[in-house]
Amino acid sequence: MKRWDKPLIYLILSVGAILMLLPFLWMLSTSFKTIAESLQFPPTWIPQHFTWENYKIVWTKVNFPRYIWVSTVVTFFTLIGVLITATITAYALSWFHFKGREVVFVAILSLMMVPIPVYVVPLFILVQSLGWVDTYYALIVPWTVNIFGIFLLRQHFRSIPRDLYDAAVIDGCGRLRFLWQILIPLTKPALVTIAVFEIIGSWNAFMWPLMVTNSDHMRPIQVGLAYFAQGESTNYPALMAASTIVILPLIILFFLAQKQIVESYSRSGLKE
Amino acid sequence: MKNRIWYPLLLLLPAAVILGTFKFYPILSAFRLSFYDWGISGEKGFVGLENFRALFQDPFFWQSLLNTLWYTVFTVPLSIAFSLFVAALLNRGIRALGLYRTIYFLPVVTSIVAVSVVWKWLYDPQRGLFNYLLMLLHLHPLQWLEEPRGVFEMLLGHPLPTLLKGPSLALFSISLMSVWKSMGYNIVIFLAGLKNIPDVYYEAARIDGAGPWQTFRNVTLPLLSPTTFYVTIMTTIVSLQVFAPIWTMTGPPPGGPLGTTSVVIYYLYQKGFEEYQVGYGSAIAFVFFLIILAITVFQKTVLEKRVYYEV
Repeated sequence: MKRWDKPLIYLILSVGAILMLLPFLWMLSTSFKTIAESLQFPPTWIPQHFTWENYKIVWTKVNFPRYIWVSTVVTFFTLIGVLITATITAYALSWFHFKGREVVFVAILSLMMVPIPVYVVPLFILVQSLGWVDTYYALIVPWTVNIFGIFLLRQHFRSIPRDLYDAAVIDGCGRLRFLWQILIPLTKPALVTIAVFEIIGSWNAFMWPLMVTNSDHMRPIQVGLAYFAQGESTNYPALMAASTIVILPLIILFFLAQKQIVESYSRSGLKE
Repeated sequence: MKNRIWYPLLLLLPAAVILGTFKFYPILSAFRLSFYDWGISGEKGFVGLENFRALFQDPFFWQSLLNTLWYTVFTVPLSIAFSLFVAALLNRGIRALGLYRTIYFLPVVTSIVAVSVVWKWLYDPQRGLFNYLLMLLHLHPLQWLEEPRGVFEMLLGHPLPTLLKGPSLALFSISLMSVWKSMGYNIVIFLAGLKNIPDVYYEAARIDGAGPWQTFRNVTLPLLSPTTFYVTIMTTIVSLQVFAPIWTMTGPPPGGPLGTTSVVIYYLYQKGFEEYQVGYGSAIAFVFFLIILAITVFQKTVLEKRVYYEV
């Protein structure tokens, strides 16, 4: 029995892995085909008439460089906002004693329970009344606080011994310098976790950008792709080239920071 | 620290202003507006429970709710079963663990819109890869995303009453894609949970002569139950809010064929945003929130009894 159980495990895992990769391989394969070849039946796995044309179409005739730019700007500023608010809020809620601190913390946490769709329509009306529709403000400002991030960072801040602060104060260290030079370097893994979730979440956001952007000029990449897919519903080679372009930055990020990303996700599941 | 109250309050201010303005206030508004008649022609005043009365008599709402529940009932157990199975195999001290984990995790970081576009192509009834594979196996091609018949109907081969039809094949197809997309996340969480089970338990089981299945059933499953519990609740909450694949893969208009893929959040989007029936949309949002809460509380009370917390 022992003799065959290891090979069997490898076999099952490998078949599963191929099934996981199949959609991506098919996407890549189609993206290099001509329309005629994509409609051929039975289909071909390796494109017979290999072409870059689909990528050229997506890059020049459709506004994909612009979509990528908008998404990059939105992701960048949302990330900065989230990291700043998470740090200072968690700092206030862990290293300072004031009346009502726990009440504030519980109030913030309970807001996390309410999913976005529940309040998305009134939020849209609010943003509209501020005149923010079709601007970066609408895409960035409402999402610059991440409650999970506050929660995670607070846990990490609290685990740092108080003696450290007393020692720092004796050395004449101010409160902000203590945060910047001691707490933040010590909690880097938590900050990386927050950044990972924020980058992936921001880049992949769909429903809200769909609501607050009207012009093609202000569309982030997911909305741009969705409208492109709606308009070109039969030109699969171009759609697959577009999907590849949308997915690629995150796949590259994933391979660069694989360990941190997987660890971040696995840490998010641990109940403290 | 020194008790200067203004200092921590100053630090709290940015988050408080943003959360207050862009989360707390809209939540209160959603609650308040659900009692108002606010349609395309503007706000027309307080109408009490009128929106809720209309909602409970709205067949499209009931259908979207039923679709959402079917979608969740299929996605959650399938995703958990597959990912637990893979995680258990990955935990058997195999080589190339990192490589396998990377591959299974890949769909998690990719965007749901792009993935939906790709799967729509896979599901294409005429030229899609899945129908080609079915053909290779000498099976009948399927209509996939264009099939309004329920999966139980199709299995039995004759029509069934609405509640027993099961999800349409179209909705089930989306569910399958979600299983594929979410598995990697659950695998990683399960792997972390499995690593926390001390080896002594496995050794004890081996000494007692337990086989692999008995070990899994009597050692792994009970000791893993806190993780399973967490994964179940999280996957359920996410599944109940499905939106992007519906918008991208079905239709036009989204929700088709025959409304069998219209889910609650899509219906909310349609009413509250596209048709600008703010009052009615808010009523949907409010009822939806209560449903999520009820399901979560139900899972907590029913499932948590079966969770084995190590003492």
